[in-house]
Amino acid sequence: MQIKSPTFLRSLTQTLVLPLLSVVTAVLVGSLFMLLNGYNPLAAYAGMLDGAFGSPTSVARTLLSAIPLLFSGLSVAFAFKGGLFNIGGEGQLFLGAVASAWVGVAFAGLPGVIHMTLAVLAGFIAGALWGGISGALKAYTGAHEVITTIMLNNLAIILAGWLVSQGGEGQTPGPLRDPDPLNIVPRTAQVAESARLPVLFKLGSESINFGLILAILAILIIWWLVWRSTFGFELRMVGLNPSAGKYAGVNVKRTTITTMAIAGGLAALAGAIETLGRNYYFAPNFNTGYGFDGIAVALLGKSHPLGVGLSAVLFGAMDAGTTRMQLAARVPSEIIQIVQALVLVFIAAPEIIRFIYRMRLEKEERAALSAGWGQR
Amino acid sequence: MDPVIIAAVLSSALRQSTPISLGALSGLFCERSGVINIGIEGMMLMAAFTGFVASAVTGNIFLAILVAVLTGMLMALFHGWLSIQFKVDQIISGTVINILAVGLTGYFYTRNLTTQGKLEPIALPGLSQIPIIGRVLFDNPPITYLALVLVFVAHFVLFHTRWGLRLRAVGEHPRAADTLGINVIWMRYANVVIGGALAGLAGAFLTLEAVGSFERGMTNGRGFISLAVMIFGKWTPLGAWAGALLFGFTNALQTQLQFSGLGSVIPHQFVGMLPYLLTIIVLAGFVGRARPPAAVGQPYTKE
Repeated sequence: MQIKSPTFLRSLTQTLVLPLLSVVTAVLVGSLFMLLNGYNPLAAYAGMLDGAFGSPTSVARTLLSAIPLLFSGLSVAFAFKGGLFNIGGEGQLFLGAVASAWVGVAFAGLPGVIHMTLAVLAGFIAGALWGGISGALKAYTGAHEVITTIMLNNLAIILAGWLVSQGGEGQTPGPLRDPDPLNIVPRTAQVAESARLPVLFKLGSESINFGLILAILAILIIWWLVWRSTFGFELRMVGLNPSAGKYAGVNVKRTTITTMAIAGGLAALAGAIETLGRNYYFAPNFNTGYGFDGIAVALLGKSHPLGVGLSAVLFGAMDAGTTRMQLAARVPSEIIQIVQALVLVFIAAPEIIRFIYRMRLEKEERAALSAGWGQR
Repeated sequence: MDPVIIAAVLSSALRQSTPISLGALSGLFCERSGVINIGIEGMMLMAAFTGFVASAVTGNIFLAILVAVLTGMLMALFHGWLSIQFKVDQIISGTVINILAVGLTGYFYTRNLTTQGKLEPIALPGLSQIPIIGRVLFDNPPITYLALVLVFVAHFVLFHTRWGLRLRAVGEHPRAADTLGINVIWMRYANVVIGGALAGLAGAFLTLEAVGSFERGMTNGRGFISLAVMIFGKWTPLGAWAGALLFGFTNALQTQLQFSGLGSVIPHQFVGMLPYLLTIIVLAGFVGRARPPAAVGQPYTKE
């Protein structure tokens, strides 16, 4: 068994060519689709680009959508590297958001930096515990992580909903519910100023918060962790072949639990950053979908941290541009999901791209994803 | 406990388990032949949508079921084309199906389609008069009956027919099956498409039998739960059925407990956690390590 450690640059170019062609082709097929349905694709894409990059405010919105997508994408990608499939991002994200909101509200009065750090950490830990449960169940009982993460998603969403619930009909309100009687929405109170992520700079009418720095740090740390650390070596070895890892003396159980815990923590950071950097409170309906979008983001980024970063920006741009696109061309916003699915198709089946463009593509290693289906 | 309540809980359990067991059977045919299907959710959603549109436009509910089943098969064909022909990672291919379904159903969704009714329960004469059991088992709408029958048909096909033997051979050891003259690629395509038809039927159940209309994202994770139930049942139809029933039962129980005024003692959300919690506990505590078909997830290349 050979474990490659690609250099930063080489792996970057390898990650780029195919995705670029795939995105272009998907956009073209998407145009055809819109034409057939009587919409104007040029107007649609122009609107989308305008909404995603046309003004400082648009760029800011793209970035702000990209940050949570990056974290949920990294979460899935990291687990993939260890041969595990984390579909639990959504639930982990919810718990991360709730936990950071709780620390943000309950520990008001702490000095700024400490309070903020604690709140972010609380989010990470909540997600890590939730992910770790799946890891431990897998390691000790063999329960498949795809099932346990799905079930834990539902549990986390119900739990988070209860924590901020309204009460009534003989039921007391949830313990984290905003005590202000004027507030009729089920949500937590506002987090204290000291727990909020500082604003780095203003871009148009939006402000970019410290989450951007955390996102860049996360890319670097995960890259280092996977390709440069001993743990990463063990992680990849177990991911490629658990029994080989076992014979080489890797503690497969511990690796499985740690991998899922870190993956859970990463997804939870998406929720923590949304809460502490943008919304300043947690409400159960605040950002559903980021957790599941992480799967597509990770796949598009070929599970490489930088690739995930780029695909998060792309998906973020699509998110940010949707509204403008709808206004400009009256196209239903779901065309974006169709284009996203097409991007994935072309990424995953390079033969189609090769056929269309009559080109040779370097044979590259396929990510070993489905090999992890109950094989440890 | 009041027998009327018992019958109500049990028959609600059976109905809630119907899309789950159909979804699980869909996964079974795919995975037993060596193709992972995490796209059950998308196939169900897409079929639920086309079935509803067909029913709204033509007013013919049986034609609508047919449309839904065909939609499932078409989605499955696409899944097969990607994962068998192009050897795309099957998890990616399934994810593509899921995203595509959300996109397409949302894109074509129009608010002003009116429903044309839904499938009504048919009481089997005589049998439906048996206390409790009669109400639970013999007074159901058609797809619920069909799902029950299909569980046993699937069991028979998988373990007692030549087709089933070949299907399992292709999923366990495709190379060996190939040497014996079984067309691996064709078998995989055929069974993935059968799986698609079953997922399509599950989708038809949602719009044409259970609800009577379409809402965005109405599958609400049922496809994924089917997947869980399939693994829970260790890739066997009867096992999966048991899992689906367990899930349906905890769901029905939860609704019942919510109504019974227990909500003032325990928050109803806690009761709502029951089905998911129970699935995890049973999976971890009693079922343990499940062994998937040996060749699942691996594309086959003929030498």
